[in-house]
Amino acid sequence: MSKTSIVGDYQTARTLETFGFLPKLTQDEVYDQIAYLIAQGWTPAIEHEHPSRSADYYWTMWKLPMFGEQSLETVVAELDACHRAYPDHHVRLIGYDAYTQSQGVCFVVYEGRA
Amino acid sequence: MAAKTYDAGVKEYRDMYWTPDYVPLDTDLLACFKCTGQPGVPREEVAAAVAAESSTGTWSTVWSELLTDLEYYKGRAYRIEDVPGDKESFYAFVAYPLDLFEEGSVVNVLTSLVGNVFGFKALRHLRLEDVRFPIAYIKTCGGPPAGIQVERDRFNKYGRPLLGCTIKPKLGLSAKNYGRAVYECLRGGLDLTKDDENVNSQPFMRWRDRFEFVGEAIQKAQQETGERKGHYLNVTAPDPEQMYERAEFAKEVGCPIIMHDFLTGGFTANTGLAKWCRKNGMMLHIHRAMHAVIDRHPKHGIHFRVLAKCLRLSGGDHLHTGTVVGKLEGDRASTLGFVDQLRESFVPEDRSRGVFFDQDWGSMPGVFAVASGGIHVWHMPALVSIFGDDSVLQFGGGTQGHPWGNAAGAAANRVALEACVKARNSGREIEKEARDILTEAARTSPELAIAMETWKEIKFEFDTVDKLDL
Repeated sequence: MSKTSIVGDYQTARTLETFGFLPKLTQDEVYDQIAYLIAQGWTPAIEHEHPSRSADYYWTMWKLPMFGEQSLETVVAELDACHRAYPDHHVRLIGYDAYTQSQGVCFVVYEGRA
Repeated sequence: MAAKTYDAGVKEYRDMYWTPDYVPLDTDLLACFKCTGQPGVPREEVAAAVAAESSTGTWSTVWSELLTDLEYYKGRAYRIEDVPGDKESFYAFVAYPLDLFEEGSVVNVLTSLVGNVFGFKALRHLRLEDVRFPIAYIKTCGGPPAGIQVERDRFNKYGRPLLGCTIKPKLGLSAKNYGRAVYECLRGGLDLTKDDENVNSQPFMRWRDRFEFVGEAIQKAQQETGERKGHYLNVTAPDPEQMYERAEFAKEVGCPIIMHDFLTGGFTANTGLAKWCRKNGMMLHIHRAMHAVIDRHPKHGIHFRVLAKCLRLSGGDHLHTGTVVGKLEGDRASTLGFVDQLRESFVPEDRSRGVFFDQDWGSMPGVFAVASGGIHVWHMPALVSIFGDDSVLQFGGGTQGHPWGNAAGAAANRVALEACVKARNSGREIEKEARDILTEAARTSPELAIAMETWKEIKFEFDTVDKLDL
């Protein structure tokens, strides 16, 4: 029997938009994404929210966006600090693109407990 | 000023309409035609005839011409160029004064530029290759109801292409079964699903029934996944009154986006619907049925880059552009040339992409490029690389043809998409490393592994009919 002849049961997943279908990003993979964001000239920013309110457009900002920040370590340290302060919240990283007035990157780095 | 006198009879067009010394104004609307004249007709005469017949001229002088200042209103053929590798054709460049056209009306522009002139006997073929719309004209057009930036904000989707699919089979499903297919795709991870273009309101599925069931499918998928979803409800209708009635009901059932066929429906209907969408906070997906009739012949008709520019002015948030890699015709460089026209705020002249003029779009919002037709997971790296983030990638058969069904097919595509975006952002060359990237991603996704197995042999490799002249 070929492997395509066994029909699997696909269960609906509760996901958090971009990268929601990938395994949790490793520390190195998060670094790569921050490096990309900074190389594009975008502004890193961090937001957090309780999972019960994750579908809202607005999450709470963690401090201000890090305008002009070039250090990967600083961004990672802020992500960790936000996660420590709100361990049961989702924490997402955003790259604000001032030219398109949009977000070039937005993905959840830490998932809170629902 | 010496008064002109009336001299009845037939004149050579070039006496009045061939003006090689003319320097186009910033406010002129410029057009490039590929002309193939009848044997023996001089190029200047053909170019002048095109300028005349698409603006103020007629075949015989008339007395009432002297009641106006035709020097102010006439179109001018101002340049002729060889077509590389083609001895029988040439490019004619024509400048039209802004006042020839009603504000905000691509209908009026097209009626002039591609009207009677295309049937003109002195020509064997004629093709409108490109149009430079002056920024003064662009500012009179409504454009996309939402645009790329607003749509991303409403759907809450950033940093990747959107993922969609057209519901199949194209025709024959009942409304309830159709809504089931929509729900399965959306719960599996697609952002958007789409009515097929020829799904309007047939006896097997009337529009109102379809809208109601699809409305529930969207709401349920949103609640269960926590992500924002949509389905392009096709409101293309026999007449504008019914079109608006369907649009109103789509809004009522909570669908954020509707769909229209801009060529078969027509530009008047399209511009009206775009206005309605803007007023009602709805987004508008545009299909392009009939385009190949108009744009595929390399020497006759209208190039799709012109139709794409007209659509951006008339209004639409998504436009089908072909896939380059799938089952439908489309040259890569040429496709990228008009994809730029949909999304950028300024596009410089670039003959290697078939772009004949600088085009300043000013503040006109951008349109998502939609790649749809005969694509599957193996194409994902190439699609992400060709179309970039501001696109909608639509896998119809490539979602619903999955051995486990629509939801698993959707998940397979979503995993493949996100793996490609992640790899690209990490600096990997995703087209070269396509196999590795997908294979790595499939390790944690049995849905993707099976999709890759199912479609591993399918390719669509035919040569393009309409190539760029380089």
